[in-house]
Amino acid sequence: MLTQLLRLALLTLSLLLPTQIARAQDAVDIPAQIAAMGEASLKELTQIVVELSSTGDNSVVPVLTALADGNLYLDETSGRVIIQTGSAITDPLTGEAVDLGAEADLSRIRVNNGLRRDISAALSGMTLMSDNPSTRLSAAQGFLAKPDAANLPLLDEAIAAETDANVRSAMQAARAVTILTSEDASIEDKNAAVPQVVAGAGRNAITILTGALSNAPDEVKPTIEAAIAGLEQGRAVWGALQNVWFGVSLGSVLLLAAIGLAITFGVMGVINMAHGEMVMLGAYTTFLVQLVIRQNFPGLLDYSLLIALPVAFLVTGAIGVGIERGIIRWLYGRPLETLLATWGLSLILQQTVRSIFGPTNQMVIAPTWMSGSTEFFGLAITYNRFWIVIFALIVFFALLLVLNRTPLGLQMRAVTQNRRMASAMGIRTPFVDAMTFGLGSGIAGLAGVALTQIDNISPNLGQNYIIDSFMVVVFGGVGNLWGTFVGALTLGVANKFLEPYAGAVLGKILILVLIILFIQRRPRGLFALKGRAIEQ
Amino acid sequence: MNFTRAKSALLAAALAGSISLPMVVPTMAQEDTIKVGILHSLSGTMAISETTLKDTMLFLIEQQNAKGGVLGKKLEPVVVDIASDWPLAAELARQLIEVDGVDAVFGCWTSVCRKSVLPVFEELNSLLFYPVQYEGEESQRNVFYTGASPNQQAIPAVDYLADEEGVERWVLAGTDYVYPQTTNKILEQYLLDKGVAKEDIMINYTPFGHSDWQTIVSDIKAFGSEGKKTAVVSTINGDANVPFYRELGNQGIKAEDIPVVAFSVGEEELSGFDTTPLVGHLAAWNYFMSVDTPENEAFIADWQKFIGSDTRVTNDPMEAHVIGFNLWVKAVEAAGSTEADAVIDSIVGLETPNLTGGVAKMLPNHHITKPVLIGEIQDDGQFFVVWETEDLVPGDAWSDFLPESKMLEADWTAPVNCGNYNTETKSCGGAVAAQ
Repeated sequence: MLTQLLRLALLTLSLLLPTQIARAQDAVDIPAQIAAMGEASLKELTQIVVELSSTGDNSVVPVLTALADGNLYLDETSGRVIIQTGSAITDPLTGEAVDLGAEADLSRIRVNNGLRRDISAALSGMTLMSDNPSTRLSAAQGFLAKPDAANLPLLDEAIAAETDANVRSAMQAARAVTILTSEDASIEDKNAAVPQVVAGAGRNAITILTGALSNAPDEVKPTIEAAIAGLEQGRAVWGALQNVWFGVSLGSVLLLAAIGLAITFGVMGVINMAHGEMVMLGAYTTFLVQLVIRQNFPGLLDYSLLIALPVAFLVTGAIGVGIERGIIRWLYGRPLETLLATWGLSLILQQTVRSIFGPTNQMVIAPTWMSGSTEFFGLAITYNRFWIVIFALIVFFALLLVLNRTPLGLQMRAVTQNRRMASAMGIRTPFVDAMTFGLGSGIAGLAGVALTQIDNISPNLGQNYIIDSFMVVVFGGVGNLWGTFVGALTLGVANKFLEPYAGAVLGKILILVLIILFIQRRPRGLFALKGRAIEQ
Repeated sequence: MNFTRAKSALLAAALAGSISLPMVVPTMAQEDTIKVGILHSLSGTMAISETTLKDTMLFLIEQQNAKGGVLGKKLEPVVVDIASDWPLAAELARQLIEVDGVDAVFGCWTSVCRKSVLPVFEELNSLLFYPVQYEGEESQRNVFYTGASPNQQAIPAVDYLADEEGVERWVLAGTDYVYPQTTNKILEQYLLDKGVAKEDIMINYTPFGHSDWQTIVSDIKAFGSEGKKTAVVSTINGDANVPFYRELGNQGIKAEDIPVVAFSVGEEELSGFDTTPLVGHLAAWNYFMSVDTPENEAFIADWQKFIGSDTRVTNDPMEAHVIGFNLWVKAVEAAGSTEADAVIDSIVGLETPNLTGGVAKMLPNHHITKPVLIGEIQDDGQFFVVWETEDLVPGDAWSDFLPESKMLEADWTAPVNCGNYNTETKSCGGAVAAQ
């Protein structure tokens, strides 16, 4: 009886004491707790996480990490709890490979946000001394998010042992935040802590300081306020630059969508309402390419977009040639009929895709090198946008090269400037027409590949871009690729500078009004073609 | 030469025109069937959501016919495509009732569709079952609202975030049209009443199909970095959701930091997503495919068999159609007639089991009782229910949180028989009559 009571008291004590002391105890039956996770409810899981982390035993780190990442499974057949990462199945405690046999029926052990937060807090304490610098960094960031005075000795110990400057700075920031928010620290310590937060907490510094401000003693408040003011000044400058970046990235999307149209509409003079559908077909080609790769060559998944590029170009280019040969060539010189015919075609294409693939969105998985973001000084740059900007530039300059430096480009310009003369010189004008239209459509297909990374892959994808594309081409000046380039970027940046003040809806309307006014003043757009060519 | 050119142009133009014309599935000329109209968009922007609902109705009708139909007669579906075109919806509703002679119509998704067909149903005295969550502030004698009203979805979701997640700062983000605007108006008033400061609420609207979320997401990030727990309440509709969540993921906003609770994102929408960056974000609905009840299991199995694919998902509006259809069948059987007035009288108070283990009861205000579930998105595109209301919540037609509608009640039974009965002036005719 007495021993039982004593054990109970010890157990409670071990739960309450800070982790380092608890480390000595081993009252928690780790394997039993892990086995119990399989059938536990959310509440019970929370309890188990608390008990496991209270052991301070590093062997529970993998199981907690797996639980938070959704890699912890219960095998319904054998009742075992295992970790599955990719196709590898391992034991949560020993890390050894497990063979569950063919009967295995895995179901994920589900967690919610609250539990995920608890786990990351628990893990911070345990992984602060890890061998891996990035694990230590995320542990320090965990402390930064959840300061607790009880962790100060642990942090001091970790800072003393830390060799990596970045990690140490984050740890010092975590320590500083803990001091700022703790009640016992002296005024001098708190004042000294403020610059450390600014130095080590990165973009979260303002959040942390604002949070600390309300509870800070009056003597510390001026220091914090000054630090916040300094940070906000910096943020305003970077905010403007950030807006420029947003604008450039929106502009590059517009450029991609419009550049094909700049050829079919700008160079050839064909009002192609089905241009958006070429973009959509490019996106669906990407989806199909990825589907094939996922099923047959999963190792190439990260490169599926690169493989999709030539495929999409050829597919949409071929469709473009088909459209030119089948419909458009009968309608040269009659813009209204071209408009109606291509509009009808766009509806047919949309409904065909809808009938084949169904009305729901399709999924293209983002390759790892296109997910996430990086910080470039004060700028947050997302990788998918970054690569799209680069890609748009490559496409644009490649197209310039084709038009100005290749025989096909020369013939294209000759035919569009003076068809009869070009014909008399022996150029096969129908062939050049078809190739030009195919080139424009193929580039729209390339845009479709890029758009899978930022937009839905649905039959309506093209509709969202057709108006914007025409706007860019008309604004930039018909028949001039540089006009399209400048037009797209101008519209992108203008849009992004209007948006914070006017809102997304009004911003869009304002841009439209501005373009109408601009076209009134300069009907030929930013870069008007001069000479006889335009009169034809 | 010129002649052939003109001809092909004409042909192309005619082709283009014919696509946008309504496609009406021809009905069989049989006498002793009961015709049921299905009024959904099978092309255009809304096809993504509504096509499934059309299939759901066909599935339900087939099931009912296998059971022997209604009143000894077979049911006959009449499908029309409203092509995401709302004036066309009103025309087709009229055609369904007057020309095809249907006895009840199941249809519409958007509020604007419902609003445009309302006058037709009122004038011709027919029945519409509307299956989608909506903004409330309406009750019409000929319409049965089987989706959630704001008090069955938005308000409980906000309560969950405030009580369980400790949220103090709110971003109300929505698409710029009537449902988000009205819902956000109700939510804003509700939050202000709860004591949330005005500067802790940020309201943001975006156009339909918005795809460039960089600025808004970075604004949300900045708004959430003021030291108070922040959440986004999203009434963003349809296609705009994918780029929104993608941008959230790419800018590194995790569900643990700033959770997003959505009212328009369900299993169907997620099936076009790579949901890995979304794990932990929330949705509030009255039904989730993952709810583990025998009724739901049977429904999913039958549905997947009907549609011929074991990967097709089920969602909340589908359940609403199931409930609406079963209530209508019960009402017709109780009344012994498919006549609109008889059904309207007999349907109130009828009950049918819903798929999540409770009972859906048709209330006098033509709304139904529903449970409210909050689910977290999992990386398989399903929801994990983290919270649910203990009791069924009765749908409220007029929000109690808006000053202009809190004195209004809807009651389509005698003696009130009014969709906007003013409890202060004891008269029918809405808030205007009070002034």
